[in-house]
Amino acid sequence: MAELLDHKLLFVTGKGGVGKTTITAGLGLLAASKGKRTLVCELDAKGDLASSFETGPTSFEEREVAPRLWAMSMDTEASLRQYLLLQLRLPRAFRIGPVARMFDFVAQAAPGAREIVTIGKLCWEVRERHYDLVIVDAVASGHMIGQLAAPQAINRLVQVGPVRQQTGWMLEILSNRATTGVLVVATPEEMPVTETIEFVGRLKTETTVGLAGVVVNRVLPELFGTREEQAFEAVCAPGSRELLAEAIGGRAEPLLEAARLMVKMRRSRAAHLERLREAIGARDRVDLLYVPYLFLRSYGLRSTRQVAAALAAELEN
Amino acid sequence: MAPNEAPGTVEALLAAKEIVVVCGPGGVGKTTVAAAAAAMAACHQGGKVLVVTVDPARRLGQALGLSQAAGGVERVPAKAFTSAGTVPRGELWAELLDTKKSWDALVARHAPDGATAQRILDNPIYQNISGRFVQSHDYIAVERLYELHSEGSYDLIVVDTPPTRNAIDFLLAPQRMAEFFSSRLLRLLTVPYRMRFADIASKPFYYVADRILGSQFLQDIAEFFILFQTLSEGFVARAKEVERLLADRRTTFIVVSTLETVPVREAEAFMGLLPEKGLHLGGLVLNRVLPAYLLEPGLAERAGRLSTGAGDLANALCTATGPMAGADPALVERVLAEVGTNFNNIGVVAKREASQRSELSRLPSVVASVPELEEDVHDLGGVLELGRHIWSWDKSW
Repeated sequence: MAELLDHKLLFVTGKGGVGKTTITAGLGLLAASKGKRTLVCELDAKGDLASSFETGPTSFEEREVAPRLWAMSMDTEASLRQYLLLQLRLPRAFRIGPVARMFDFVAQAAPGAREIVTIGKLCWEVRERHYDLVIVDAVASGHMIGQLAAPQAINRLVQVGPVRQQTGWMLEILSNRATTGVLVVATPEEMPVTETIEFVGRLKTETTVGLAGVVVNRVLPELFGTREEQAFEAVCAPGSRELLAEAIGGRAEPLLEAARLMVKMRRSRAAHLERLREAIGARDRVDLLYVPYLFLRSYGLRSTRQVAAALAAELEN
Repeated sequence: MAPNEAPGTVEALLAAKEIVVVCGPGGVGKTTVAAAAAAMAACHQGGKVLVVTVDPARRLGQALGLSQAAGGVERVPAKAFTSAGTVPRGELWAELLDTKKSWDALVARHAPDGATAQRILDNPIYQNISGRFVQSHDYIAVERLYELHSEGSYDLIVVDTPPTRNAIDFLLAPQRMAEFFSSRLLRLLTVPYRMRFADIASKPFYYVADRILGSQFLQDIAEFFILFQTLSEGFVARAKEVERLLADRRTTFIVVSTLETVPVREAEAFMGLLPEKGLHLGGLVLNRVLPAYLLEPGLAERAGRLSTGAGDLANALCTATGPMAGADPALVERVLAEVGTNFNNIGVVAKREASQRSELSRLPSVVASVPELEEDVHDLGGVLELGRHIWSWDKSW
């Protein structure tokens, strides 16, 4: 699994709410700490990536957030401008406003127009070798296929013109398994697991992009083995509780209940985790990387560091 | 207000409103909460209740009898309620929204004639929009809601909003759709194809558009726009009506969130935006919250003593006459230490949740909490079980 970080372009996706941004940030921090010049890019500009690094808001202009680590957020208008200036060699003084507005409008109807500008910028960073690794905090898995298949969609609809010519080299970068991959994040819950399994299937049939791995996020700790569980039940029995209460200076029930709650929560997730393991791990022979649930006061640089450490440990396995 | 309906509760909203829009960040359990609200209303308040859903978990869909292909309203069979041990006062109906079908129906309704409708339906760009596009899901959900409401067949419609990149997209959808059709750009873009004699190549705007996209593609797009413009009048009028319905007093929004940091931030922003758009925020439902007993004062200290004194305590327990006599002290020590550590872990989260919760509950008038349930919802009984948590029995009945 060490080769995960040997990719040049990684798209991090998953169902909404599973922690894509946290995983992207943690992976970025890890890659940079291993000496790779890394760019992390947020696509939806909600600002969560900035808070993962405790920095000010990210913009289209990348900013260094840690040694060898840069962060940016996608902006289709800025990307279009860069594209026009660089690719079509338009004069610098060219007024982008009307074109951008037109583009925005066309993009509402034309499949893949907005996506191609996004994908184009990312592929361009890879082609120009500005970074060793570009990690994208991408859209949710429900929308990811459309994003990755944008070059093909454009190829189908646009018969001629420079856009058509542009899609060729992008497809080459996207289709190269050693260069580009998708990392899916799931939590061990019903819908995230179902969506991950569906997504992995569609990725294979509808795009040319490879699956780089699956991260299982927020895995709850296992408190007890079988023998411990029996001992725990005995501790909970009426005779023991009084002794405990006396020793710790108050009722022990809430503490014992909390342990029972954790055991139950973990157990209800175990079936979903198993389903994911069977479908992805066994069928597709893709490694699952486990990131534990973080019992923290908030999410910020501290949690990003812990995620980076957890991923590092998993990748060394 | 009816005497037995307490103000500021979820059931008061469900009893008084005609449309309840359940919205919020992704992954917080909107679909399940929407189903639970509708099921509870049908069960305890009566009337004909419809829940419109977009993407239910397989087992939740089955619980609502939605295992068949999407599209069409279906009644949740009475025997599903019987198996759940209850007799409903009203009827529960459910619909799984089919985006593509709804779009096609919309086109057919607004097209000037059948031939134009067919040309639109056959247009590849149209097919891409209606089948795949994110924004189209946003719009078609509210559009379908409007249609169902204007049918007048239901006392209450609960709608589960589609997963969007941003909860806000859903609200802006009708406005965007209206803007799209009344845009000057739409006219501008279709000019060269409407007026063939215009010398378009000399105009920088078309020159650039042409260089970027190629003239063939521009022509395809333009054809699509020209065709679509025949719908424009009906569409704009309709989108405005949809918008009006969302802002109507009979419509209320229930925001669902967990107490995780990111969803809370998004839910907060969303709740701030609703009144700005002239929409009515009915309440906030917190899903998957940790139980309140974790906040009992002094527990962290007790957990600390349990962890540090685990060895001595284990010895005492194993030597005393009681349920643990003769047990392995090393094993018991591990268990006790683990119980202490676990509390310290979960206690941090419980405290964080409590603080998030007090921040959030300043905003809306209704707050209901649903605890982390031990099992996923897989039948109507499970839906109702969750529903009982958003119902404040003690206050109203």
